[in-house]
Amino acid sequence: MINASLTELRAALDAGKISSVELATLFLDRIERLDPALNAFITVDRDGALETARAADARIAAGDAGPLTGIPLAHKDVFCTEGVLTTCGSKMLANFVSPYDAHVVSLLKAAGAVSLGKTNMDEFAMGSSNENSHFGPAKNPWDTTRIPGGSSGGSAAAVAARLVPVATGTDTGGSVRQPAALTGVTGIKPTYGVVSRYGMIAYASSLDQGGAFGASAADCAQLLTAMAGFDPRDSTSIERPAEDYSRELAAPAAARPLAGLRIGLPKEFFGAGMADDVRAAVEAALDGYRALGATTVDVSLPNAQLAIPAYYVIAPAEASSNLSRFDGVRYGHRAADYRDLAEMYSKSRAEGFGAEVKRRILVGTYVLSHGYYDAYYLQAQKLRRLIAQDFQAALADCDVIAGPTSPTTAWAIGEKSDDPVQMYLSDIYTIAVNLAGLPGLSHPCGFGAGELPVGLQLVGDYFSEARLLNAAHRFQQASDWHLRRPALAA
Amino acid sequence: MSRNDWEVVIGLEIHAQLNTASKIFSAASTAFGAEPNVQASAVDIALPGVLPVLNGGAVERAIRFGVAIGATVAPKSVFARKNYFYPDLPKGYQISQFELPVVQGGAITIRVGDGDKAYEKTVQLTRAHLEEDAGKSLHEDFHGMSGIDLNRAGTPLLEIVSEPDMRSSTEAVAYARALHALVRWIDICDGNMQEGSFRCDANVSVRRPGGPLGTRREIKNLNSFRFLQQAIDFEVQWQIDTIEDGGRIQQATVLFDPDTGETRMMRSKEDAHDYRYFPDPDLLPLVISPEWIARVRSEMPELPGAMKARLVDDYGLSAYDAASLTASKEIAAYYQAMLAAADAKPGSQVPKLGANWVMGELAAQLNRAERDIGDSPVAPAQLAGLVQRIADGTISNNIARKVFAALWNGEGGTGPDAADRIIEAQGLRQVNDSSALEPLIDEVLAANQKSVDEFRAGKDKAFNALVGQVMKASRGKANPAQVNEMLKRKLEA
Amino acid sequence: MSLSIEQVRRIATLARIELSDAEAEATRGKLNGIFGLIEQMQAVDTAGVEPMSHPQDVAQRLRPDVATEPDRREAFQRIAPQTEAGLYLVPKVIE
Repeated sequence: MINASLTELRAALDAGKISSVELATLFLDRIERLDPALNAFITVDRDGALETARAADARIAAGDAGPLTGIPLAHKDVFCTEGVLTTCGSKMLANFVSPYDAHVVSLLKAAGAVSLGKTNMDEFAMGSSNENSHFGPAKNPWDTTRIPGGSSGGSAAAVAARLVPVATGTDTGGSVRQPAALTGVTGIKPTYGVVSRYGMIAYASSLDQGGAFGASAADCAQLLTAMAGFDPRDSTSIERPAEDYSRELAAPAAARPLAGLRIGLPKEFFGAGMADDVRAAVEAALDGYRALGATTVDVSLPNAQLAIPAYYVIAPAEASSNLSRFDGVRYGHRAADYRDLAEMYSKSRAEGFGAEVKRRILVGTYVLSHGYYDAYYLQAQKLRRLIAQDFQAALADCDVIAGPTSPTTAWAIGEKSDDPVQMYLSDIYTIAVNLAGLPGLSHPCGFGAGELPVGLQLVGDYFSEARLLNAAHRFQQASDWHLRRPALAA
Repeated sequence: MSRNDWEVVIGLEIHAQLNTASKIFSAASTAFGAEPNVQASAVDIALPGVLPVLNGGAVERAIRFGVAIGATVAPKSVFARKNYFYPDLPKGYQISQFELPVVQGGAITIRVGDGDKAYEKTVQLTRAHLEEDAGKSLHEDFHGMSGIDLNRAGTPLLEIVSEPDMRSSTEAVAYARALHALVRWIDICDGNMQEGSFRCDANVSVRRPGGPLGTRREIKNLNSFRFLQQAIDFEVQWQIDTIEDGGRIQQATVLFDPDTGETRMMRSKEDAHDYRYFPDPDLLPLVISPEWIARVRSEMPELPGAMKARLVDDYGLSAYDAASLTASKEIAAYYQAMLAAADAKPGSQVPKLGANWVMGELAAQLNRAERDIGDSPVAPAQLAGLVQRIADGTISNNIARKVFAALWNGEGGTGPDAADRIIEAQGLRQVNDSSALEPLIDEVLAANQKSVDEFRAGKDKAFNALVGQVMKASRGKANPAQVNEMLKRKLEA
Repeated sequence: MSLSIEQVRRIATLARIELSDAEAEATRGKLNGIFGLIEQMQAVDTAGVEPMSHPQDVAQRLRPDVATEPDRREAFQRIAPQTEAGLYLVPKVIE
């Protein structure tokens, strides 16, 4: 059961081979046993999970089960969960019990999914290693001296170690795809606007997007189907008919299932920055795609190298404003000692936020301040346009774009934590996708040195999630990288 | 140097609270006077993760305003964040409009002063933009702390910004009054100044006539026309004194203290502000179609300016009367209803007489009774009935006052016939019968030989005294015009 | 470019984040590294390029003007640092 796909779990639940309560208990016990080494969870909600599982069992018994009824999952702690601690990885919210559910959480509750708890993350989703969590770093199940990636490192580690079959995440500059790659799981960030941001604690509003982690593209497709959909409470949510992202996956496996698929390879993603072991795994995976019938074509994203500087203006600018609400007045951390209002603000915020969050707030404050707006924020927004146009030009010549998700495999805890710029550069292949608002997926495609997973990133045009998931699914039908499990998870 | 050596330059920023049922970015109620924070939703208190969704009713009202002042309603406008920390501002930023406001340009014509010195002036508007209101800080003591009530947070405001076109506090007040009347006229704001629904900020500077603009100081949050006038007058004198004493004006935000009548610097605004405006990434551009604007235009009531012109053109009212009758929505509505009930035809005296009554006796009585014209004891139809009887000579103006008093006291029943019933019941019908007047006039002439002599000696005043005596003898019921004519005939005979 | 310690202090004040002298100096070094990265943007000529605020070119959706939110003060104030009589309490606000 631990390694079963969602489809297999559904069948087992429906056939009465296991109850939802038993299934939840199985995973909760695994969390209890394995998570002390991984720190993938900030909150484990055993009582709440079992209560939900009992309700799910009743629904199953009544013949009222949907695809996810009774399926255990975990939420990144960026999603507000009513009555359950929602910390966003921050001391600021260390005691914040949300009085409401995020839209994604409501949808999954309504679907009957069983949330086991809240996963670890970089504070306010700012980070690429999970080391910026107030609750300590989550560890990579393949090597617990290494980072799992970030910011959704806890969700990625939890799925990789099979502490939970699937988990939610968010991706502002690569925060689903990069940890998926570094922990050997599949993760998808859909088109901006597909998953409601209501109740997802904002980092950078124009870039943040909810996403899904699973062992396989098929599992991600099922979770995303339940998470996605128009929400009138989010003005940036896109009004379009609901989609079943699994719809193309059931077609029988043909010899060359990807015949006709044109894969664009941007030369900028295959340059000097990529580690040799990553390159080898990615090249081999591309051979695998060709063997399935896909063709590859060289494309170019000439402004891609500007994505990191543009991102590190836009995201901090939005963050500096989004995080102003944490002022110690209505919720969250309030300093114990202060002389006056100004000091209450500055001490509460100084104490409540960690170093990286403060840095990004300061960068954002600076780039928006009087006299600098045009040179930084406006210039970054213009580069954003150029980057988005590059993708459109490239996608005119191909159906999906492929490349490495991360330039390296998982690095050691502490290796980059004192050098923000080195940390920022690790998201070089993922960030441009957020700036353009396009969907992106990462799936395991091999191992590098030290038996550390390597991920392949697929990027498609707006609303092409089903195509990306189908391509990854066909690849996974013909390979077993996604079935490998770290020794710790055995 | 005197005050006259200086030119005063004033621009106003007026915050009109839009009378929507719900807030601009949340579905919480905007009703005034609720218990603290019970109308502060998750969005209004800025819980982590919540998002704004724009209220179409607020946009509709902004369009209505734009159309009413002949402005450009922007086909595309943008919401921006104005970042600053304040406990009554839960998000740490106010959602407002900065570079692309929804209403651009426009103008309003105001009438300044009374009587012979009155003049008209057109004030240009810079813009009007949608934004959210902040909450309130309550300063009564909670163990040395302040209490924050966020019920008002997120209430929609239209911030209406004028060009610096006003040259005196009187002009500023006339402009503020005209805008106040307009926003109530087009029903986008209740105009309740006590409750803060209509608040004025005044930017005031002084300069040598024709010279470059002086440095301005902004007086914040003036919530009555009287305070607006007092605050500007004080500020102008303070600025002149300061400059004449060799000082310089520093740009500043000041508050008006109604108790002392003085303005003072706001302590909380001493830090130089840097609002770090940028487009709100949680909101998309506001797009307003030409069809929407056309619909709003077609549903627009006749505006005060148009009604004023019509009263002058169609009924021959003076500009002053027309302006007074259109000074508020309620007065205009009362007058219109009065005209309609009287079925006044062009050329009739009813409009002019009615105007005099509405602005004269009715206004005086309402003022004395501290009642609004909307709940006048004398209904428009009742006044119409009265005015018609004056116009057709049934009663004189003096007798009409008696009838009016009776109507005020609820006599005569309802409807346009009320005045008639009072006239009949009290026998107040004007005596137009010359055979009845003849003996009265003869008696008066016989008893007032002195006045007769004086009149014949060329003293016109004596004639008026004689008319008065005849009217008195008739107990007011004689038709004064007829008395005039008959007296003249007799005296000149 | 390089931020001065005064600039670091000014933005920290604007952002309401208290920094000790040592923190300000350390922060300055890190911020200058970040701005070194950001400065690469300045080399690009973006004349005539329309700034992109949102991935999708769509208009703001409008909500009907109806008040439907219930009173949730009790639930909301349960998580507040300090309240009294339904009010959030803060150190004295001076206008």
